Amino acid sequence: MSQETPGASGPSAAGGKGILRVVQLYPRDMNIYGDWGNALVLQQRIRWHGYTPELLEYNVGDPFPDDADIIVGGGGQDSGQLVIQDDLQARADSLKELAEDGTPMLVICGLYQLFGRFFKTRTGSVIPGIGILDVETHGTDERLIGNVKVTTSEFGEVLGYENHSGQTTLGDGVRPLGTVAKGTGNNSSDGHEGARYRNIVASYLHGSLLPKNPAIADFLIRTAAERKFGAFEPGLPDDRYAELAREHAARRPR
Amino acid sequence: MPFYTVPLGKLVRRASRLRGGGSALPGLVVEKIDPGFMRRTLSTLPHGVAVVSGTNGKTTTTKMVVELLESQGLKVFTNRTGSNFTRGVAAALLGEVDWRGRLDADVAVLELDEAHAVHFVNSVPPKYCLLLNVLRDQLDRFGEIDKTAQLLQHIAAKTTGTVVLNREDPRVARIAETLTGQEVRYFGLDDSLLGTFPNDDDMRAAPGSPAPAGLPEKPSADVVLRKVGADTAEFEYDGGTVSTAMKLRGVYNIFNAAAALTLARGICGGAAADTNHETLLEALSQVAPAFGRGESLTVEGQPLDLVLVKNPSGFRLGLKSFPAGGYATMIAINDNYADGRDMSWLWDVEFDSLRAGGVDQLTGSRAYDMALRLQYDDVRIGAVEPDIAPALAAFIRGAKGQPKRIFCTYTAMLAIRRELSKITTVEVVS
Ligand SMILES: [Zn+2]
Repeated sequence: MSQETPGASGPSAAGGKGILRVVQLYPRDMNIYGDWGNALVLQQRIRWHGYTPELLEYNVGDPFPDDADIIVGGGGQDSGQLVIQDDLQARADSLKELAEDGTPMLVICGLYQLFGRFFKTRTGSVIPGIGILDVETHGTDERLIGNVKVTTSEFGEVLGYENHSGQTTLGDGVRPLGTVAKGTGNNSSDGHEGARYRNIVASYLHGSLLPKNPAIADFLIRTAAERKFGAFEPGLPDDRYAELAREHAARRPR
Repeated sequence: MPFYTVPLGKLVRRASRLRGGGSALPGLVVEKIDPGFMRRTLSTLPHGVAVVSGTNGKTTTTKMVVELLESQGLKVFTNRTGSNFTRGVAAALLGEVDWRGRLDADVAVLELDEAHAVHFVNSVPPKYCLLLNVLRDQLDRFGEIDKTAQLLQHIAAKTTGTVVLNREDPRVARIAETLTGQEVRYFGLDDSLLGTFPNDDDMRAAPGSPAPAGLPEKPSADVVLRKVGADTAEFEYDGGTVSTAMKLRGVYNIFNAAAALTLARGICGGAAADTNHETLLEALSQVAPAFGRGESLTVEGQPLDLVLVKNPSGFRLGLKSFPAGGYATMIAINDNYADGRDMSWLWDVEFDSLRAGGVDQLTGSRAYDMALRLQYDDVRIGAVEPDIAPALAAFIRGAKGQPKRIFCTYTAMLAIRRELSKITTVEVVS
């Protein structure tokens, strides 16, 4: 394969179409199974589309960055979820405002659950979420693990890897991201995976999610650019490796 | 015990060897007819049982401990990895005991997989344990890092004598607080080497960010690794510093040597007068990685290094320990069950160090996942071929006259060794 195409090699130059600011939520405590890859993919693709990326981290106790154009957050261990709990509650109103206002967001696994109404553990204690998404999650003894293939109307086939024991059910206020073709997804009964609300994409899929699903990455970037500059002028990222990685991943066993 | 356990087990063992079978069947037979066999046999050892556990480096460290103890004249019983742990140990015992069930050894040193830890230590409480680290590894099997830490804590709690802990891994060092009766010994690193050992907590912390507040002062360690040279290392213990030649490569392997030294000193009496320090150091300088944990071969007169990478911390350590300069590089990533199916971990590794030289060849069932990962780190990619045999041949052809290095997952390493054995001498493993 040639190495001369943009995005195939060489430190990618930042572009002149304007700055897009990506804020990572709690990367110190909520960043497991490669969720950092989502932030990296946004940063690089913003560049490959000709814009200038700005990647900011928000951790417990930090001042919240102004003017977030895209917000991403990942999964964590139980201990990580406890550490961020109070801080997240304190941020609930401003995050909700950003969400209602149409800020594109990607939340994976642990933060997907905490963006919902609550997480009820196996022992019956209830961890409140911030209620941006009309979903609820119940802890179980069963760990749902393995490769996942999801059919979506917006992003085509979505590929990833799930690893969770919380099971999530969707309320009327959200729609599923898609229908599971391989794997389990939100829960072991209804065949749905993830949730969509305004410009939020919520999902259980690690992998990381965005590298092999550039359509979702570009949805977040396009939405951010349209909100900020009135229009999105895409570049031409080289997605041949992504295509091939998708083809091979889709054929791997659960 | 049933008088026939050992004779019957040995017969099954012999029969399954003749058929070319593994160790699981004879172990299974003994387990079924005499479940107390293992505990009873191991409990006769004068120095008891020592277990080595943790996410990274168990196999090589166990091998090192064995060699260090043998240098002190001890007869050591140890297990080979691969088969189901309990059955594997039972089968290995069958090979070692005499027909009356007596084991001719002073001490057992066993590599203990986290998955089998609880079952084993509940039935055979060890006298010593060495706990190496808790890193992201095969999380699709064990669930979460904190759970692994709990398993290691359980091993420590069941240990009757000395618990050896990694002072630099917070999740391991913290285990000391939960112990009451045991003697605790640490192995540690010089501050100047800490930077080469990112743990999973600070993996994403900004460079130079301060340590979390409220961390207690570090306890003093029995053995500290002070310096690592090209083929030497400096260890500090008993109030002095010794410099020794090392066959082992890679800082993290040499840190595990400090761990092995701490455990061996614990078992044979440390500073005791009857410890022969010269032979101990000589043994330390001679230890080599265990099979499949990285090795150096020669192909067409040039070195070819195999570096096993099975989790993000291992991959990061491998990239740091083996600088890319002057080497042709290949990466082989499989996602078979033994490798872990989840590819997320590739995104927890930074590949900037390969940017200058690029990667010449990618292979394995997830070669394109690896290509995609490198693309996002702006690393130049030569060729991609998921099929390992043609990829390896192309790599060797293309890098004629150059030293070569292959980073590979476990099953990819097995496939590469198989291919290489057709063109060069590769150690045969029983
Ligand atoms: Zn998860």
